Amino acid sequence: MSEIDQSQEIIIARDVHKWFDSFHVLKGINLEVKKGEVIVIFGPSGSGKSTFIRCINRLEEHQKGQIIVDGLELTNDIRNIEAIRSEVGMVFQQFNLFPHLTVLQNIMLAPTWVRRVSKEQSQETAMQLLKRVGIPEQANKYPGQLSGGQQQRVAIARALAMQPKIMLFDEPTSALDPEMIKEVLDVMIQLAKTGMTMLVVTHEMGFARAVANRMFFFDEGQVVESGTPEEIFKNPQEDRTKLFLSQILSH
Amino acid sequence: MTAIEMQPPRLSVGPFAWLRKNLFSTWYNVLLTILALALLYALLRPALQWALTEARWGVIAANLTLFMVGQYPRDQLWRVWLSIYLLSVLLGLSWGIWKHAARGFALIGLGAGFAFALIGLLLNSNVWINWLVAVALLFGFYALGRILPKRARSITSLAWLLYFPLVILLIAGARFIPFLSPVPTNLWGGLLLTLMITIIGNVLSLPLGILLALGRRSKLPVVRYFSIGYIELIRGVPLVTVLFMVSLLVPLFLPLGMPTPEAVIRAIIGFILFEAAYQAENVRGGLQAVPRGQYEAAQALGLSGPLTTALIILPQALRAVIPAIFNSFISLFKDTSLVSIVGLFEILRIGRSVLAQSEWLGTHREVFLFAFLIYWGFNMAFTYGSRRMEEAMGVGRR
Repeated sequence: MSEIDQSQEIIIARDVHKWFDSFHVLKGINLEVKKGEVIVIFGPSGSGKSTFIRCINRLEEHQKGQIIVDGLELTNDIRNIEAIRSEVGMVFQQFNLFPHLTVLQNIMLAPTWVRRVSKEQSQETAMQLLKRVGIPEQANKYPGQLSGGQQQRVAIARALAMQPKIMLFDEPTSALDPEMIKEVLDVMIQLAKTGMTMLVVTHEMGFARAVANRMFFFDEGQVVESGTPEEIFKNPQEDRTKLFLSQILSH
Repeated sequence: MTAIEMQPPRLSVGPFAWLRKNLFSTWYNVLLTILALALLYALLRPALQWALTEARWGVIAANLTLFMVGQYPRDQLWRVWLSIYLLSVLLGLSWGIWKHAARGFALIGLGAGFAFALIGLLLNSNVWINWLVAVALLFGFYALGRILPKRARSITSLAWLLYFPLVILLIAGARFIPFLSPVPTNLWGGLLLTLMITIIGNVLSLPLGILLALGRRSKLPVVRYFSIGYIELIRGVPLVTVLFMVSLLVPLFLPLGMPTPEAVIRAIIGFILFEAAYQAENVRGGLQAVPRGQYEAAQALGLSGPLTTALIILPQALRAVIPAIFNSFISLFKDTSLVSIVGLFEILRIGRSVLAQSEWLGTHREVFLFAFLIYWGFNMAFTYGSRRMEEAMGVGRR
């Protein structure tokens, strides 16, 4: 595994709060991520874990506290937001590929329109990425013609095409059939080994064991416990963590 | 266990099998079929007898040019024919180049060409020669299209895009072009006027409708309330009132010294303003059908708001509402019959003026049946076009 730069915090969240109307979703999240770290966030549904990582690229707006990504603070300044978004890739539970574009066009879209990369070059990059995620032969198909696992791998390639510094994964395998989960996790593990900074919301504990540097357990809008996978699995401190782990690991 | 490969059961095909299966499968089906045929015959016999013996189709023959182009100068009719020939050329080329994809349109064109030639022949009108020329051009360029290299595709596509502006230029003319002296729009009439209003009205109202639909969802209150106000105002009044208002009010809004646009232009403006409100609601339906995840994915990639709309949201929204958009196209085509109210001579109004000629008194049935067939024929072609477009744009939407 490549080295983590101990000196550089690429994401800093300080006392982040968010409400959906009067419902308090995030209740003071404090979290720092160093460059090259792989972070797994897990917890029961409704605990605010997805909402939190969606705050990092401003798909959701936090209402109190501070989020600083790669030295830029997220405010209402749309320029800051767009700058941060082009440095932060995101992979969604429902893939969200663009159904009217081919796989290749899906991947080339943002580099050509946002980064102004030439068409030839972005196509070359796109093909390389498709090879990396293992489906170069699907380049000219439409998303609707691919399996869920293939679609999610295209979504990862699409995010990587912007050469992001950080990758966010919002339950990337939750919508997949069991036999397709592995092909997506393999791509993610391979990506983690290249030194990409990753924040992954997932219940795939095998993935966490294999590549996570630290894990955060979310419950009711708060970080209940954090630590290395070893600490969390072998010696959880909090009762809620123990209970949750026993529920998801029991079968 | 070994898998057994089996052929699908053989289905009986052909018209006789179809007849037997659907019409003569049991004794009571046989009875029902015979009864239905007898009933149809009894109902249609008088109509057919009238059409073949009593009807005075001469009213159509004598006024065919009037029905088609109204008062368009007779010495300038070559411009109309040239437009039709150009259409034949493009249809033939496309058929030759794209084969199957364009075949349906080419066949419709051929059918129309032959039908008009036949009508011409039956009615002793010389136009059958022109229509046969059109048909011959279509076949000729089909043959040419088959041997052209692939490069010809982009040129032909471009030619289609240029076709409609070119036809408008041909028909309207302009002062600075030799041989194309301007033809005042008040001389346009008949089917020509109907089609010109339809084409210009539809082509210009769709972009305006898209802007209104986007405006209605805008975050800026001024834009949003203007769009909502406009759409609801226009949808709340009948087309006839819009046509009247535009005809009477447009001159008041123009700067002093600017000449008032001709009645046809005012009517077209009325149609554009009216149709835009409906297209806006069609498009809004499509915008609402695009899932939230599409916006989020585009934003997460760093695409700006306008880019997201143009590249991700609109293409999907428009594709979802092609049937509704074409539905509005067809409505506009039929609504053109209302321009007679502001004094224009579209095909139905021409029909009524023909009925006033002393030698053709009492030929209502012939005239209105003719108009009915024209409207119906064009709408069938539109419907076919819309279906093909849905299929073509549905790629990857499985």
